[in-house]
Order: sequence, then C-alpha cells, then structure tokens
Amino acid sequence: MPSPESLASSSPAIQTRGLRKQFGGKVAVKSLTLDISRGEVFGFLGPNGAGKSTSVKMLLGLVTPTGGKASVLGFPAGSIEARKKTGFLPEHFRFYDWLTSAELLRLHGRLYGMRDVQLRKRVPDLLEMVGLAAHRDNRLRDFSKGMMQRVGLAQALLNEPDLIILDEPTSGLDPGGRRLVRDIIRTQRDRGATVFLNSHLLSEVEITCDRVAFIKHGEVLEIRRLAGSVENETAVCVQARKFGPEILAGLGHWASGIQSGDQQITFTVASMEALPIILRYLVSHGVDVYEVTPQRLSLEELFLQIVGEDGGL
Amino acid sequence: MGVWIMAGVTFREAVRKKVLWTALAVGFLFLALFGTGLHYQVKDLARANPVIRRQVPNGILMVGLYAVDLLAMVITVLASADTLSGEIASGTIQAVATKPVMRWEVLLGKWLGFVGMMTVYIVVMVGGLTSVAYLLSGATALHLVRGAFLIWLESVVLLDVSLLCGATFSTLTNGVLVLGLYALAFLGGWIEQVGAVTHSPRAVEVGIIASIIMPSESLWRRAAFEMQAPLVGALNISPFSNASVPSLAMIAYSTIYLTVALVLALRSFSARDL
Ligand SMILES: Nc1ncnc2c1ncn2[C@@H]1O[C@H](COP(=O)(O)OP(=O)(O)O)[C@@H](O)[C@H]1O
Ligand SMILES: [Mg+2]
Repeated sequence: MPSPESLASSSPAIQTRGLRKQFGGKVAVKSLTLDISRGEVFGFLGPNGAGKSTSVKMLLGLVTPTGGKASVLGFPAGSIEARKKTGFLPEHFRFYDWLTSAELLRLHGRLYGMRDVQLRKRVPDLLEMVGLAAHRDNRLRDFSKGMMQRVGLAQALLNEPDLIILDEPTSGLDPGGRRLVRDIIRTQRDRGATVFLNSHLLSEVEITCDRVAFIKHGEVLEIRRLAGSVENETAVCVQARKFGPEILAGLGHWASGIQSGDQQITFTVASMEALPIILRYLVSHGVDVYEVTPQRLSLEELFLQIVGEDGGL
Repeated sequence: MGVWIMAGVTFREAVRKKVLWTALAVGFLFLALFGTGLHYQVKDLARANPVIRRQVPNGILMVGLYAVDLLAMVITVLASADTLSGEIASGTIQAVATKPVMRWEVLLGKWLGFVGMMTVYIVVMVGGLTSVAYLLSGATALHLVRGAFLIWLESVVLLDVSLLCGATFSTLTNGVLVLGLYALAFLGGWIEQVGAVTHSPRAVEVGIIASIIMPSESLWRRAAFEMQAPLVGALNISPFSNASVPSLAMIAYSTIYLTVALVLALRSFSARDL
C-alpha cells in the first residue's frame, strides 16, 4: 500500500474545481477549474483586476472561497501540510522595514520550522542568489522596490518548496531583475518544482511557461500549451469582398476569434488543415477572395486577442 | 512554535521601532516632574501636623499612580492598534499567514509580545514611581503588587479589545473606538463615584453599566483601593475615595471579558480574508 507521503507526491500540484470567490456583490473569480501537474511552469495571465491574486490567495488559504474545491500538492488548499511545501511571493511584497534582509529570511525560515543550523547556510546562499549578498545587514527601510522584490523571492524559496507561487514577480524589476526571475524559474523547474506565475504583462519570463491560462473578469478564457502548439495555432488574414454576417457565422465551424473589417476577415485556425476547407467554403458562397495570409501568432498578440486591447478595464 | 516566533518579533518590533524606549522616556520625564513636585510639597509641609505630613504625600502618590495608569493604557492602545489592520492593509501579513503556522498562533504570538512589552513598562513605571515617592517622602502604597497586577489586567483588557477591533476595522477607527470606550469607562467611573457620595443609586447604576461595557476604569479603581493607605481613603484627601469600590465580582467579570475578547479576536482574525 502506498504511504500517504508517496500518494501526496504523485498527486497534481494544483487541482481546482469550480473555485469561486465573491466579495459582497462583486464576483472576483467565477468558476476556476485547473489541473496543474508536478514540474509544470504555469502562467496565469490577465489584466489588472482579472482575479489572479484572488485565485492564488484561495490556493494559499488567505481568502476563503465562496464555492468550489481546491487541493494543493494533494492536500486541501490552505492547509498547513500544503503550506509547508509551498513558497509564495505576494504581490507588492512588503515586510517589517526595521529588519535587515538576513533577519527577514531567518524569521521566515523559522516560520517554516527550519533550524538555526540549516539557516546559517541557507540564508547567505539565497541572498547571494538574488544578488543581495552585499546588503545582508541593511535594513529593508533603505531598500528599493526592486530589492524588496528580490528579498521576497528569496523568502519564497527558503524551504526548497515543491510549489512556488509568484504573484506578479516582475513588477518593479529592471531587466536584470526580470532575467533573475526567469533564471530562478528555470532552476526551480530543473529541481522538479512546480511554478505558478501570475502576471498582467508579457515579458521573457512569461514566455518560458509550459502552459498559460488567460483570465479576464474572473473567468478563464483559454488555456494554451506554449511549447509547440502556438506554432500550430495560426491567425489568418483574408482580403475579400461580398461577404455578409451569415458567411462569417458559418466560419465558426473551423475558426475562432473571427473579426471583420471593410474588405478583410481575420480569424484563427487550430491547424493549417482547415484553411483549404475555409477557402472552398468562402468561394462556394460567392465571396471574392483576393488574398489569404497566414500569420504566425506571437504570445503578445494572443494575449491582446484574448484579453482585448482595452486590457479588460 | 509559531507563537513564540511571533511573540519575539513583536517584542523586538516594540524595541526596534523605539515604541518602548519613547514610552519609557516619556515615563521618566513624568517621574522627574513627579519627584520635583513631591520634593517641594514635602518641604513646605515640614511644619504641618504629622498626620497631614504623612497623608498628603500618600495622596500625591495615588495621583502619580493614576497618571502612570493612564500613560500605560494609552501606550497599550497606540502600540497595538496598527498591528493587524496595518499589516492587513499593507499586505505584510500575507508573507506570514502563508507560512505553515495557524492564524491563531500568529495573533496569540503578537498578543504575548505586547503583553511582554506592557509588563516591562508597568513594572518599570510603577516601581519607579513608588521608589521616588518612598525616597522623597516615605510614602508607600498599601498592596503594591495587587495594585500593579490590576493595572496590568486593565492593560490586557484594552489590548484585547484593540486586537479584536484591529482584526475588523482600520487602524484609525480602531484607535478611536478603543480610546472612546476607555473614555466612556472613565466617565462612567466618575459618575459612579459622585453618585455614591451623593447617594444617587441611579447615577451609580449608570457607572456600573459603563464598566460592564468596558471594565478598564473599574480595574483602576480597584487597584487604587488596594494601594491606597486606609486613612487617605477615609479622609478623602485623594480623588480616589472608596465611596464605591468595584467588587471582586467586577474583577472576575473583567477576566472573563478579556478572555472572551481575545477568543473573539482570534476567531475573527482566523476567519477573515487577508
Ligand atoms: N478584499 C476585496 N474586497 C472586495 N473586492 C476585492 C477584494 N479583493 C479583490 N477584489 C476585487 O476582485 C477583483 C479581482 O481582484 P484581483 O484578484 O486582485 O485581480 P488581479 O490580481 O488579477 O489584478 C477586482 O475587481 C478587485 O477589485
Ligand atoms: Mg493581482
């Protein structure tokens, strides 16, 4: 019979079913259903106010869901067992400004139940890793936003977590800091850890995700695998005349994200195999087709396409 | 374990952010003022009759203790009002509350830290004041330890209410609310006193209701009763006559009150979204 320990380590990193949070009348997260396996780097992307922070707060037990279920590392979300193996970088990380960075890490290490002997090695190592070794005895009061973010990253890694949840890790970071976040994510993935990343922007960091979910107004609109499948996902721009709304509606069989301009139709196909079928359909319905241009979709375009140019505000 | 870590960091915060030192500095300034006043009073009483010569300094000692009590209560509220609401508003609490510790451990630890700080403060101030009074005039408090314990209990009552409100309201609302309740109890205490002297049972009732809502002042008045030399009380030299002394039942009530307030604070902090 497998021990509870091994059961836990074979369980998904994060599993949610219809997770929901409502603040008074305001629905922050509608119905979140996610399955994230061990070792995955998962990006949770969406504009400000989309419900990203609320979602991770429910995973961590900071916020009580109004509905649904969630488990983290095989334990109920928010339980002590789950938190033991989780590292978290809150959005806008702040802490007692009268502590030095080394003291902050020691304090958090002790909260993880680590011993002083362990921390004597671990704290300087982490400070080195986030580039703050020279500032170990400086008070946080004198730290810039970027330096605080680095301390925050270090405290999220203290316990060599199986799951690392980062809420907007690149906000306030210069390019060097963003590269640091990217490198940390890679190192953690190579260790076998799962990384869950919230972000409202797209940088080199988000592009390293294995999968991303796009969320807006509390709803996941789309989950994509980035490694590989974005290349298959293709946007197509068609220059054409004599098409009406009923023709566009019919396109929905093979394409998504259909938009039309004066003499132009754009849509996305899951596979290029659909393109000849679509062309036949258009021509046989009397549409004059002048030009068909498949376009490779970048992650940024995908983001804007899914989330909308207005940023969802 | 989490409890002790949080207690330590809370106590250290009071020391490092200079709350404790500032409070002690203000306290020593106050002691200096008290000592100077008492010194001249003793000199000018040199030719008065021996009973007066003994009792006036005792009365002054009581006034001094009252001021220490007031100082301790204000510091209790100022030091603790921000700890939950402030850390929730800034998000500081998130890094702690996502560690493998229970919420109640976090709050109980903070509570212990503040209690530790206030214990140091009350011991230093009550000890300092009575020593100054004794050295300058020979005045002594009757049951000093009992009195100091009741002052300490009063501080814990305010701390618990401040933590309870801090788990729900903003820092400013919390501070105004707790100090407001304290002022209400203070006023109620005097209404009760005056009512007892003027034989107005309904005024006494008003005072009792006030001390049920917030028992801080009745703890002080019991403390004054314990510390006061019997003659001072009987002669009404000090403003703390024993016209209406809070009963032991009132102390028992205060103990229940502070326990319930702490339990409610722990529950409401554990249940809320951070
Ligand atoms: N404590 C709260 N009380 C009321 N509304 C909240 C609270 N926290 C978040 N919200 C609302 O829920 C929505 C989602 O917020 P959030 O999860 O912080 O979004 P994101 O992290 O994606 O920017 C927002 O509209 C926000 O105003
Ligand atoms: Mg957010």
